[in-house]
Amino acid sequence: MADNAVEAEGIVKRFGSTVALDGVDLGVEEGTVLGLLGPNGAGKTTMVRVLATLLRPDSGTASVFGRDVISRATEVRGLIALTGQFAAIDELLTGRENLRMFGQLFRLDRREASRRADELLERFDLADAADRQARTYSGGMRRRLDLASSLLTKPPMLFLDEPTTGLDPRSRNQIWEVIRELVREGTTLLLTTQYLEEADQLTDRIAVIDHGQVIAQGTGDELKDSVGGQMISVRLANPWDRERAIESLTRLGCGTPEPSELVRELTLSAPEDGIAMIEAAAHALRESGIAVSDIALRRPTLDDVFLTLTGAPATGDGAGPDTGEFAEAESEAAGARR
Amino acid sequence: MIAQLGWTLRDGYIVAGRNMRHFIRQPQLLLFSTVQPIMFVLLFSYVFGGAIGGSLPAGVSYKDFLLPGILIQSTAFRATQTAIGLSEDMKRGVIDRFRSMPMARSAVLAGRTLADLVRTIIVIGIMLAVGYAIGFRFEQGPLSAIASILVVAAFGFALSWIFAYVGLIAKGPEAAQSAGFVAIFPLVFASSIFVPVDTMPSWLQSIADVSPVTATADTARALAIGGDVWSSLWQVLVWVIGILIVFVPLCVRKYRRLQ
Repeated sequence: MADNAVEAEGIVKRFGSTVALDGVDLGVEEGTVLGLLGPNGAGKTTMVRVLATLLRPDSGTASVFGRDVISRATEVRGLIALTGQFAAIDELLTGRENLRMFGQLFRLDRREASRRADELLERFDLADAADRQARTYSGGMRRRLDLASSLLTKPPMLFLDEPTTGLDPRSRNQIWEVIRELVREGTTLLLTTQYLEEADQLTDRIAVIDHGQVIAQGTGDELKDSVGGQMISVRLANPWDRERAIESLTRLGCGTPEPSELVRELTLSAPEDGIAMIEAAAHALRESGIAVSDIALRRPTLDDVFLTLTGAPATGDGAGPDTGEFAEAESEAAGARR
Repeated sequence: MIAQLGWTLRDGYIVAGRNMRHFIRQPQLLLFSTVQPIMFVLLFSYVFGGAIGGSLPAGVSYKDFLLPGILIQSTAFRATQTAIGLSEDMKRGVIDRFRSMPMARSAVLAGRTLADLVRTIIVIGIMLAVGYAIGFRFEQGPLSAIASILVVAAFGFALSWIFAYVGLIAKGPEAAQSAGFVAIFPLVFASSIFVPVDTMPSWLQSIADVSPVTATADTARALAIGGDVWSSLWQVLVWVIGILIVFVPLCVRKYRRLQ
C-alpha cells in the first residue's frame, strides 16, 4: 500500500537468546493512529526502536514514508520524532534550553528554535517553569517537555512509547488532549500502551502484540467483535462455588468460562442470541444451586479481547508471568552497552 | 560534503555548549574537579619534593620538574570523565533522542570530547596559577609555554576519544568510571610524570620509556624548563594522531550501532 506511513515486514530481533520480536508485520496508514497494545515485555518498545532507526533488526524490512529505516536512516530521522518511555530530556538544562537545543539540532536556525520553544512552552503549560532546570519538574511536566521536544519541527510521523505510563489522571488527560490535537493536524502516530482504555480512546487501529508477535489487528470494534457478539458476566455470591459454576456453565456448550482477576467473577461469551444464553446460564446455575449476586449481558471490552488472545489480563501491575516492560527496557539498555 | 561537514561542526558545537552548561550547573563537580588537581600539585611538591629532589639532574627543582608532569596526570584523570559523561547520557535516554534526530552521527561524541578539552584547558590554567604561587616558572618564553600546554591538551583530547569508546561499551557510569581508573593509574604512574624514569627498576623503565605519557611529559617539560623537545615531540604526535585515527571511527561506528 502506497499510502502507508509505516510499513514493517517480518521484523525479527533477538537479544542474546531472548527473541524480542518474532516476525512482526505492521502498517500504519498515513494520518491515522495505530495503537501497539501488549502486556509487559511483549516487544512494544523494541518494535518502536526498530522503526525509529535506533535498533537494527536481525531480519525483516521496515520503512517510514517509503524510506528504509536502515539504508535511508538519515532521511527517516528527518521525518520522525520519538518520545520514549523514560523522559529523554536534559535534567540540568532548563525547559527552555532543552527545547532550544533540540530545535537547533533538528536543524532550525537559532531564532526559529527560540520561537518554537516559546510556543511549545506555552502550549504545554510550561511557560511558568520554562527557566527552571528540568530536574525540578514533576513527572507530568517532564513528560510534557519530552513530548514538546518531539514537536519542534512538526514531524509528520510520531512514535510515542507508553506516553502516559506512570502519570496521574490530570497529566494523562493533558497528554491525550495534545495527541488528539496532533491527529487533527494530520500527524501519523504510532503509540504503544498497556492501557486498553488508552488504545480505545486514541487509536484508529490496534495491533495486539504478545511474545514478539502481532496476534491480532483491527479497529477496537473489530477486535471486540472477534471475541464474540456479547458477553455474559456472572458474579458469584460465594467464591467457593467457582469450580462448580465453571462446570455447569461449560455444559452450555459455549466454551469454558474465562476467569477474570476476581475469583468471584466469570465471563462467558455468547456468540449468538444473548438473551437466550443468559436465560440458559441463569437456569443452569440455579439447577446446580449456585447463588449469584449479579448476572449481566454486555458487549465485550478490550479487556476481554486481551484475555481471549493472550490468556492473561492486560492491565495492572505484574500482569502476566513475564519479565515486565521495565525489565525489557533494562535488558535493551544493557544490550546497548555490550 | 562541505555542507555535511558544516552541519557536523554546528551540531558538535551545540552539544559541546550543552556539556559546558552541565559543568557550570554542577557546582560540586566544578569545585572538586578544581580542588583535586590543586591538591595534587601541593601534595606532590611538598611531600615528595624533598625525597625525589635528590635524584633530579643538577640545577632542576622538583617543582619545575613536577608541574608539567602533574598537568598530564590531571588531564589523563579528567579524560575518564568523558566515559562517565557519555555513559550517564545513555542511561538517561538523551542519547536515544539524539540518535533518533537528523543530526550528525559524530556530533554527540565530538561535542563531548570538545567540551572536555575546554574543561581540561581551564583546569590546566588553574593548576599553573597555583604552580606559580609556589615557585614554578616557565623558563623558555611564552611561545614555548603555550606549546607546552597545547601538547598536554592534545594528548588529553586523544585520551578522551579512548574513554568515549569505554563510555559507549561500559554497562553504566559506575562501570565506566572503574574501567577508566584501572586503565589510567598504571599508565600515569609508570611514566616520567612524577619521577625520572632512570630511578625505576629496569623492567619498568622499558615500559615507561615507550609510554605515550612519558613522551608527553618529557615534551611538556622540555618546553617548560628546557631540554631536547624534538626527540619526544614526534612520539607524542604519532600517538595523538594514531589514537584519533583508530578511535574516532571506532566510536562513531559503535554510536551508530548502539542497541
